[in-house]
Amino acid sequence: MRHLMSPLDFSVDELDQLLDLAADIEKNPQKYAHACEGKKLATCFYEPSTRTRLSFEAAMLNLGGSVLGFSSADSSSAAKGESVSDTIRVISCYADICAMRHPKEGAPLVASMKSQIPVINAGDGGHQHPTQTLTDLLTIRSLKGRMNDLTIGLCGDLKFGRTVHSLINALIRYPGIRFLLISPEELRIPSYIREDVLHANHIPFAEAERLEDAMPDLDILYMTRVQKERFFNEEDYVRLKNYYILTKSKMELARKDMFVLHPLPRVNEISVEVDDDPRAAYFRQAQYGVYVRMALILTLLEINV
Amino acid sequence: MLNISGIQEGFVLDHIRAGMSLQIYHDLKLDNLDCPVAIIKNAKSNKMGKKDILKVECPIGDLDLEILGFIDHNITVNVIKDQKIVEKRELHLPKKIKNIIRCRNPRCITSIEQELDQIFFLTDKEHEVYRCKYCEEKYRSPGRR
Repeated sequence: MRHLMSPLDFSVDELDQLLDLAADIEKNPQKYAHACEGKKLATCFYEPSTRTRLSFEAAMLNLGGSVLGFSSADSSSAAKGESVSDTIRVISCYADICAMRHPKEGAPLVASMKSQIPVINAGDGGHQHPTQTLTDLLTIRSLKGRMNDLTIGLCGDLKFGRTVHSLINALIRYPGIRFLLISPEELRIPSYIREDVLHANHIPFAEAERLEDAMPDLDILYMTRVQKERFFNEEDYVRLKNYYILTKSKMELARKDMFVLHPLPRVNEISVEVDDDPRAAYFRQAQYGVYVRMALILTLLEINV
Repeated sequence: MLNISGIQEGFVLDHIRAGMSLQIYHDLKLDNLDCPVAIIKNAKSNKMGKKDILKVECPIGDLDLEILGFIDHNITVNVIKDQKIVEKRELHLPKKIKNIIRCRNPRCITSIEQELDQIFFLTDKEHEVYRCKYCEEKYRSPGRR
């Protein structure tokens, strides 16, 4: 039995297989419409995340399975003080696979150690959010037709943004990847990513403060939100949240075949006027998120169609 | 020079940084053993100025010394049999340490589920970096334990 805790749990070959499966699901959804009949997905969400939870639930329903679960710690036995280990032992009796979101880092790992069913980390604090990374990889591969030889611009909160850290870790396994890291001084990429990941693996990268300067070079622009919940200090959040806003005029500086991704939800970092640009791919990205979660559920349940 | 009588079988842990012996006494769980233990504090040392020494008289297999490598790999471990040093053990950084240090990340699951084992893995031998098994936060010691 396998769990998914980090995007690096899959080798590049395994990841290719998963993304191939997701691409086949996109082309032939009917073929998979009954693949999980009789199977149940438990969505154990100890903190609210409507988007991720609904994406998992849509994925299971698309596969013909059923879903059950809770969407906040208040409505679960955690409110009575039950441990994650005990909860998963019980959930193992009710469902065939579990997607867990928890504000505490490492909680899904603790669950996986006691679980009788596959556990998917659906986000644990600022630590990992592997299905977002899988979504990003599928989106990039589907839109660009390749995963190698790409210049990826990462913009916004590069300090606290776990999606950015995970994406960097996942992309450096492909040849010819180059990063442009665009952020204000206070939200620059942490040194452990700069030193231990980028420098250590000889990955070419440059850091910039101005989005306009980076635009012409990019194959992908990955925008991020400055997340209020990652700040201990409200003043810092208010000061930095409006630092980068992607507008139509900035989009004019970009290549015709560049795509804009965003893990969503956006606040104001992408102006709504950009939504109609064919290069704005963030809503398609949400759709790819469902396909990749479908592929993941099938893979972890070892269901071959 | 302070003298403590020789031991038949056991260990002498020498060159312990002055003041660290009691910590090591607890980390090695010597308080659980029913055997003679001598703690020598602030002994004179040519090399270190002052040092602590621990002498433990117990069967050689009774102590897990791996953790010493994490605490300070400059400690000298002398294995004693019939009052003679039969081996000098080299200390290495252990790959895994359990329930010796605590994760200080307030966002870590171990901060709310106290019964979980505190497990750290050596992730960078060169820089002696340990990371929490659960949240992968780097262990930052107030000047290496």
